[in-house]
Amino acid sequence: MSFQSRFPVALVAALAGLTFAPSLFPQEPIKIGQFASLTGKEASLGQSSNKGTMMAIDDLNAAGGVLGRPLLLVTEDTQSKPGETATVVKKLISRDKVIALLGEVASSRSLEAAPIAQAAKVPMISPASTNPKVTETGAYIFRTCFIDPFQGPVMARFARERLQAKRVALLVSNSSAYSIGLAKFFREAFVANGGTIVLEQKYSEGDKDFKAQLTAIKAAGVDAVFNPGYYNEGALIVRQARDLGLTLPIFGADSWEAEALIQLGGKAMEGAYLCSHYSPDDPSPRVQNFVAAYKKRFGSTPDSNASLGYDSVLVLVDAIRRAGTTETGALREAIATTRDFMAVTGKITIDSERNASKNAVIIQVKNGKFEFVQSMSP
Amino acid sequence: MSEFLQQLLNGLSLGAIYALIALGYTMVYGVLRFINFAHSEVFMVGAFIGYYLGKLVPEGTLWGGLLVLAGAMIGCAILGILVERIVYRPLRGGPTINVLITAIGVSLLLQYTGQIVFGAAPRTFPPIFPSANFHLGTLTISSNQLFVIGVAVALMIGLQLIVFKTKIGTAMRAVSLNPKAAQLVGVNNNVVISFTFGLGSALAAAGGILYALNYPSIDPLMGVMPGLKAFVAAILGGIGNIPGAALGGLILGTVETFIGGSQFSTYKDAIAFAILIVILLFKPAGLLGKFTAEKV
Repeated sequence: MSFQSRFPVALVAALAGLTFAPSLFPQEPIKIGQFASLTGKEASLGQSSNKGTMMAIDDLNAAGGVLGRPLLLVTEDTQSKPGETATVVKKLISRDKVIALLGEVASSRSLEAAPIAQAAKVPMISPASTNPKVTETGAYIFRTCFIDPFQGPVMARFARERLQAKRVALLVSNSSAYSIGLAKFFREAFVANGGTIVLEQKYSEGDKDFKAQLTAIKAAGVDAVFNPGYYNEGALIVRQARDLGLTLPIFGADSWEAEALIQLGGKAMEGAYLCSHYSPDDPSPRVQNFVAAYKKRFGSTPDSNASLGYDSVLVLVDAIRRAGTTETGALREAIATTRDFMAVTGKITIDSERNASKNAVIIQVKNGKFEFVQSMSP
Repeated sequence: MSEFLQQLLNGLSLGAIYALIALGYTMVYGVLRFINFAHSEVFMVGAFIGYYLGKLVPEGTLWGGLLVLAGAMIGCAILGILVERIVYRPLRGGPTINVLITAIGVSLLLQYTGQIVFGAAPRTFPPIFPSANFHLGTLTISSNQLFVIGVAVALMIGLQLIVFKTKIGTAMRAVSLNPKAAQLVGVNNNVVISFTFGLGSALAAAGGILYALNYPSIDPLMGVMPGLKAFVAAILGGIGNIPGAALGGLILGTVETFIGGSQFSTYKDAIAFAILIVILLFKPAGLLGKFTAEKV
């Protein structure tokens, strides 16, 4: 398939939040709704997934659309705020009458949208929400990424084997479903592997001062610090830890992966570890074509949220093709029966819990860049 | 012991920033008897002015840093005066609740204008002042922390001198005591109120820069939480009372830090606010405030 978008005008249109279908299609477009955190705290994650999603829609339209109809992406901004997601998702379903929903990256906001999508029986595919509860909401909710019960043990194994850490401190955001869930799965696996969680400190989303928690962690004497949280707080945590003279390894998980982590954290981020859904260094042509096309269009390397956003569209469109209709019930059946579908982030099979299972990738910050370390399973 | 000292230092440097913002709330309340909710957004604008000015001066120099600090303070003083002139002055004389609601409106207006103008994604604040870390035994002291405390104390002393030793300060106190009587003895209320807004906003700008130096990630919504806490600090110390605001800020910052570093870190904000409630139950006018019947 060609990754080149033949319609650069779509980029301009997309800035207004809408990707207009090219005029060669006389048929009525298929409306797909996207809700993403384009502004606000987690904007870096939402903007990446949005870029991937837009690119996939444009690529598919350039290749002739689906079922002979063009795709029309209707994008709404959740502003990274609780409450806003429910409003925009209701609007997408009732006013725009979308046939499916794509979003969000943040688990808290996917959890807000999922019951609404489920009640309206509109299939929803979250590109990158890893909290298991998201898809537990109901049969209409899917995702294209691994989940925290997978990622937690991966990081636990990484801490025990690669970092040789026995005593770990956790720094958990108590206002994020993602952070609390991931901390729990990490703790269970780490303790089962013979490690000890010496202390667990809490903070809230949007906090900027972590010196209190870090001072307590410093006094406790641990081998490593795990921050299952978002890049915003992660960067400040690492920075303040280094300011306080904490030299031990600090690692995060998949929500650390954003360019902003390195911009905000600066030199302090050097050597920090995180995990991810894919690596742009993967030599397979599937990944390299995607990376090249993305770079050409946006001028930056796609992170995992961009590629997951891209994949969420591919999975949906593959299901529309197989279902041969956009009727939501049939579409749901088709998404649920996705088997070995080759996407950018790997081979996607939707399991009975409506999750995609794939390997995780460990990444380290080196010379201000994300560098591939190793591929890892729990 | 060293953990205790370290937390105390962390708490005082956080509290000093709350205190600087709280002074703005308290001064406006003292003179006009209303809470300027847009104050926390002035704090945010201060940090952003610092961010842009910081690109013009060499990083890590004292004169460059002071220039940025002064620039942000002047910029925000102008912003504060403009907001008062355009928005609050036409409403003066009406019910206080109108101005209060308008202040919330201005606050939201500035937040969302900020998202359009500056963009919503957080930015990294440049290290405009030279910084270093000192080690005293196991105690780690960053020069930024000392600097924050030093600048905050200097500005508070300066403010106290302005209010009690200058002519305009005397006029401010006169307007605060009785605006009509002040006017009768020849005080120009408009000038005094503009000056109060300018001064309070300049302190918020300084707070914004100091906050951004210590926590170098700035975004258009960064003022919300510190603003709320500073507001609480102003009430805690006794709203309308300048040393009270400073004391309230220091107490809130220190308490928050100690709880944040304990096993109860989950309840960090809850406990800090519970302490506020307890203090207000026993001293309804705040720690240093005098109880006066509200003239409605």
